Amino acid sequence: MSRIDVRKTYKLYIGGQFPRSESGRSYVVNDAKGRLVANAAQASRKDARDAVVAARAAFGGWSGKTAYNRAQVVYRVAEVLEGRREQFEAELRASEGITPARARTYVDASIDRLVWYAGWADKITQVVGNANPVAGPYFNLSTPEPSGVIAVVAPRGPLLGLVSVVAPLIITGNTVVVIASQDNPLTAITLGEVMATSDLPGGVVNVLTGSQTEIAPWLASHMDVNGIDLTGVEDDELATELEVAAADNLKRVRRPAPDTDWLAEPALDRMTQFLETKTVWHPIGV
Amino acid sequence: MTFEYAPAPESRAIVDIKPSYGLFINGEFVDGTGTSFKTVNPATEEVLAEVAEASDADVDEAVKAARRAYTRVWSRMSGAERAKYLYRIARIIQERGRELAVLESIDNGKPIKESRDVDVPIVAAHFFYYAGWADKLQYSGYGSTPLGVAGQVIPWNFPLLMLAWKIAPALACGNTVVLKPAETTPLTALLFAEICQQADLPPGVVNIVTGAGDTGRAIVSHPDVDKVAFTGSTEVGKAIARAVAGSDKKVTLELGGKAANIVFDDAPLDQAVEGIVNGIFFNQGHVCCAGSRLLVQESVADEVMSRLKRRMATLRVGDPLDKNTDVGAINSAEQLAKIRELSEIGESEGAERWSAPCDLPANGYWFAPTVFTGVSQAHRIAREEIFGPVLSVLTFRTPSEAIEKANNTPFGLSAGVWTDKGSRILSMANRLRAGVVWANTFNKFDPTSPFGGYKESGYGREGGRHGLEGYLKGADA
Repeated sequence: MSRIDVRKTYKLYIGGQFPRSESGRSYVVNDAKGRLVANAAQASRKDARDAVVAARAAFGGWSGKTAYNRAQVVYRVAEVLEGRREQFEAELRASEGITPARARTYVDASIDRLVWYAGWADKITQVVGNANPVAGPYFNLSTPEPSGVIAVVAPRGPLLGLVSVVAPLIITGNTVVVIASQDNPLTAITLGEVMATSDLPGGVVNVLTGSQTEIAPWLASHMDVNGIDLTGVEDDELATELEVAAADNLKRVRRPAPDTDWLAEPALDRMTQFLETKTVWHPIGV
Repeated sequence: MTFEYAPAPESRAIVDIKPSYGLFINGEFVDGTGTSFKTVNPATEEVLAEVAEASDADVDEAVKAARRAYTRVWSRMSGAERAKYLYRIARIIQERGRELAVLESIDNGKPIKESRDVDVPIVAAHFFYYAGWADKLQYSGYGSTPLGVAGQVIPWNFPLLMLAWKIAPALACGNTVVLKPAETTPLTALLFAEICQQADLPPGVVNIVTGAGDTGRAIVSHPDVDKVAFTGSTEVGKAIARAVAGSDKKVTLELGGKAANIVFDDAPLDQAVEGIVNGIFFNQGHVCCAGSRLLVQESVADEVMSRLKRRMATLRVGDPLDKNTDVGAINSAEQLAKIRELSEIGESEGAERWSAPCDLPANGYWFAPTVFTGVSQAHRIAREEIFGPVLSVLTFRTPSEAIEKANNTPFGLSAGVWTDKGSRILSMANRLRAGVVWANTFNKFDPTSPFGGYKESGYGREGGRHGLEGYLKGADA
């Protein structure tokens, strides 16, 4: 008689913990062959708000860390992911029905992407900031700072898509509330386990699983969210509604990009889109 | 004995204000198809000219002209050639600087001292600075691909300076523009149109359409506009963000502010007081980055207030064309009503009001420099942008409390810090959530220095290398 396996309960990832949805709801997630994998938590408006509270609470500490320190934390996420690659490959194959080679490609790219972004932490300031030679006796310096709490609608591609939108935000010091891909949410929660064991402070990344149409409007209109990345929104009408709602407090908006090639090396824009430029003046004299 | 100042009026003879103005479309002044409105001198209420109010059809013509100029001429021209047109414009601005300054003071009400020594020189410098970028965009970090047609809407507080902030980077990057000056201050923009003609700028590269809110809306929502740049109120900024939702338009917004000017007990007090005065009374306080909230450390609050009041009593309020005038006219009756209303609210909320003793002219729109003490965080005068010569004073004890109060606002445009301690300056500058931090100085502007806000003060930057980003497609385009 074969052994009965112990199945994992997939919950949300908020404030460094893995709570169930306060709504008590879940939804069925099947694998590519239509077999039940798990009942994923179906996040509610209240869960989204809790996630924003956690992200806001984490912002001061995370953005206040040295860039070197943030780089090491994100690099450690890559290390831990490397150590658990077989699990992620198996999950991707089951959920998306892709070949082992394809799954390996995605995991490789996800790890490499984390490493690539980790390296940017203490270089982005040097590339996008500058000294300004003003016409007067003043020291004048422009430096980038994170916008704050960013809501993200993750694209399809449960691992690489998610890493590609979250890593550029946290490496610069933002904190994130991300709505995982609705159809394949489980890998996002497993990635949460990786983050939770990689010295990433609780609340820096918060992962919600559930309905994009249900949760995203509450994040788009939330007055304590500073920006919203609509990359994973595939319905044009919903994207427009979210952008309109985001105007209430002038969130920085990244519009949808459903056909992005996630395997290609990114540009800087995913980082710079949610950076502010701060310019400091001081007189020069004796 | 005291020596009174003799009047030192700047001559108006240098400007030639026509009785009526049309729109500047495709290199020519044309009659609009809409109605017209009057622009007045806010210092005297004298009607200066009739100005065309551009209709939707007029805006459409202007956008068409800009599109034609973009596809046929401007986007095909080399950066080096574009640069030379911008250098020409910069030079003509310098040559006609006095005329521009006088006209700006007449139409806007700002003191000639400021239009002559601040606005116009920075306007010329802005064109000079961006002229040099036109053939160096590949070094900018934002690529060198323009967006197309830019629709630009600017406010009345710095009519010509805001025009320069908008037009210089747009043209340098290879875009063409349709710009709407503010309803109450269209005249220097129309004079700028003449300057474009003198520079032989190809027709349609710059189009100036005058009007009010409806004209602005027509520009922003025009389907063939690729880029929207707006400076003005946060409320209108939000409406614009909603209007462009779902489109491909790129947007830059420079909106309101409620800057904290923070004075520590070890600050050089006389310099700090000058900075406070400059921060809130420069340009009658019609400045989005004005230091409208003074946060003064409790131990020196009384000392700062007595020096501040003494200094405020010496401010000369009156004729904007008098070279000794420090504070000019409020720009419009509407703005004056708003300043009065919020000041009355400040009093009714229990703050203590003090105005500098000064004789205000009988005609025109005037408001004496005013300070409110005993203001708390919850007061509306501590939270809302007054956009006038009104300062709200709060106190604090520790640097952390100052930061907490300074950042406790939906705005995040600018801030000031006054202290002799270097490490404290840097720590405060790090913790203030504002796009510009002036340390031991205030209200300094330069074309090389990016300007813009956090949070509800808008997004994007104007000025400096960063100011190119809003007019280019990006490094990987």
